[in-house]
Amino acid sequence: MKKRFLAIFLVLTLALTLLAGCGKKPSEPAAPEAASPPEADAQALQELNVGVAQDFDSLDPHHATAAGTKEVLFNLFEGLVKPTSEGQLVPAVASDVKVSDDGLTYTFTLRQGVKFHNGDTVDMQDVVFSIDRNRIAADGGAALIPALAVIQDLTYDDTTLTLTLSEPSLELLSYLTLAILPADYEEQETAPVGTGPFKYVSRQAQDNMVIERFEDYWGTPAKLDKVTFRIIENVEGLVMGLQSGALDLVMHLTSTQTAQLSEKDFHVEVGSMNLVQALYLNNAVTPFDDVRVRQALCYGVDKQDIIDRAFDGYGIPLGTSMFPSFGKYYDESLTDYYTHDVEKAKALLADAGYPNGFDMTITVPSNYQPHVDTAEVLKEQLKDIGVNVTILPVEWGVWLSDVYGARQFESTITGLTSDNMTARKLLERFGSQIGNNFTNYNNSEYDEILAKAVTSTSDEEQTALYRQLEKNLTENAANVYLQDMADLVAVRNGVEGLTFYPLYVLDVSTLYWAS
Amino acid sequence: MKKRKLNGYLLAGLLITGLLLLMTLYGAIHTPYSPTAYTGMKFEAPSAAHLFGTDKLGRDIFSRVLKGMGTTLSIALATVAIGAVVGTAVGAVTGYFGGLVDDALMRLNDTLTAFPSILLALLVISLLGPENKYNLILALGIVFIPSFARVTRTAFASLRDVNYITSARLMGAGNLRILLVHLLPNTGRVLFPALTIGFNNAVLAEASMSFLRITPLETSLGYMLSEAQGMFAAAPWYALSTGSVIALLVFGVGLIGEGLQQRDKEA
Repeated sequence: MKKRFLAIFLVLTLALTLLAGCGKKPSEPAAPEAASPPEADAQALQELNVGVAQDFDSLDPHHATAAGTKEVLFNLFEGLVKPTSEGQLVPAVASDVKVSDDGLTYTFTLRQGVKFHNGDTVDMQDVVFSIDRNRIAADGGAALIPALAVIQDLTYDDTTLTLTLSEPSLELLSYLTLAILPADYEEQETAPVGTGPFKYVSRQAQDNMVIERFEDYWGTPAKLDKVTFRIIENVEGLVMGLQSGALDLVMHLTSTQTAQLSEKDFHVEVGSMNLVQALYLNNAVTPFDDVRVRQALCYGVDKQDIIDRAFDGYGIPLGTSMFPSFGKYYDESLTDYYTHDVEKAKALLADAGYPNGFDMTITVPSNYQPHVDTAEVLKEQLKDIGVNVTILPVEWGVWLSDVYGARQFESTITGLTSDNMTARKLLERFGSQIGNNFTNYNNSEYDEILAKAVTSTSDEEQTALYRQLEKNLTENAANVYLQDMADLVAVRNGVEGLTFYPLYVLDVSTLYWAS
Repeated sequence: MKKRKLNGYLLAGLLITGLLLLMTLYGAIHTPYSPTAYTGMKFEAPSAAHLFGTDKLGRDIFSRVLKGMGTTLSIALATVAIGAVVGTAVGAVTGYFGGLVDDALMRLNDTLTAFPSILLALLVISLLGPENKYNLILALGIVFIPSFARVTRTAFASLRDVNYITSARLMGAGNLRILLVHLLPNTGRVLFPALTIGFNNAVLAEASMSFLRITPLETSLGYMLSEAQGMFAAAPWYALSTGSVIALLVFGVGLIGEGLQQRDKEA
């Protein structure tokens, strides 16, 4: 018996020692064992391992909805035009774009000799197929991109495509970054084919996706030969992957995570995530259907305190559904519309019939540690106004289906992005009739302004209308807007060429191993 | 009756467990800081002001451990209570009456045992919904029923036909009276060690469940350990203090169980 207990105690001690071993690995043993020989190979072959926090929801670029998927698919696909890191749109599959003076006619010239990854040459049929796939509603459903409904007439010959619009649309070009796919190709979901600088090689669900440089790319060729995206849903696994040498680059880390990496092996580049992190409220459930309750939450939250405590001061506080890199659309004055004020929050709650506060649940995707940390700080802050928070961590897949899809939630913390260069994507989703309005925000004034904004013909007027929409969201406290999170990217020393975009994308075509 | 001695195991176990229970009780009434509030610098090393240091959000880890013990212990106790009461009832009925009831219930029992326990608990939670912490207790409780049922069934079955039970039956005692008054007190010898083992398993099960983050996020030892895992380089004291408390808790109760068995052997 004595022996048994000695054994148990030894096992426990051993377990703790092992744990200690895990933590210390990065500095010493990993370096000679894992890093040097494979690293030498990787440099010769120009291979890169990138860690991502979630699996890809779809490899069909027209059907992918998760920002984390689009971020990666950016490397495989291109549209007639594509965004640059400066936020401009430049011709891609089209070689030239002409817009008529009245803004009603767009003429695209097809770039000659652009190849798909399967070797076929892109012809006009492919372009028309790709546009129509997004423009025309599949039986019964809504069109994938409702904004393309302004295209009244589409005519083409072998080299030019002419779009005639029913009314001028300032944003049409942004939407024509949509991926050009081979016409009538059925296996996009399992073996995607596009025209981007990288081509798809293989994918293991829940594990990885491999892409290789596309040798026949029409533009500046990618520098890396091969990139492997490794899916590691465990929040700490990403850091361990970096430390062990399995990963070379991971985006969207927290300052706590990057602090664990040694400067000898990694450098950290700081950009902005270009997303709106907020406590998103389901405006259709009690008590969040009462504007006073939502405003009380806004007053109860101290954004700067969240940024300081959970993000080491990195991050830009936001007051509405827009972020600074969208320049003229961003109304900075809304950031301080609600200042942290416990008394005001309590008064509003009392007014709404909750003098003693209430209980609420925040559902957070458990694979995003920044959102989990934010929830913990929020819980503490809201306690002061009598609101008792339960934090419910759920898997990413469950979050997508239950929260984003079925809208079965009270509140959630996430970041919303725009995958093209328009403000519209960030604001349209709060229209009451919009399919992805998962917060159920329902405001008739908002719907009216939105309708006016999307059909506006003057850039100035449209910008003003978008800013009105932002103001509407803030005044009605549609959600508790928090911040545009800082994007901390851990990059293995020797890897260079990281470019930040004003979009949520990771361009691996500019990365390379410096010798 | 011979006076039963405290043996070394029992003494050590009672000391460790008693100390931890006192800390938990103290934590329920008062913690040095609020377990969730920002109290100072991030990642402060252990000091007089912060016995176990602070974590990445600047929270006092000692206060969190005190609070976490409360959460973990209350869930473990409730779980064992469900498992023990229902399990003993099932064991008593099947062991005492035997026959068809015995066969039916014990086969059901076998089926439950066939599942790995964590998997079974996950299944029950996904059926009940993860929103509520009582569902976690219920799920773990159900998982713990089979082991108690099996252990107590053997005890009841072995005592069913001994002379004093037959006498009691002849004197007209009802089945319920025999089960509760004559049989139950005599199953203590197997029940107490089973309780201590069950309690330890419950502590570990709760820790695993909250480590996996499938239940509402609460300050419990398991959740803290999963947090600490990611901060090992920055704050090794977090993982060490939390892990040691879990280990000590299990070790202490394990010693008590061992001590009880030793004492019974000597008696």
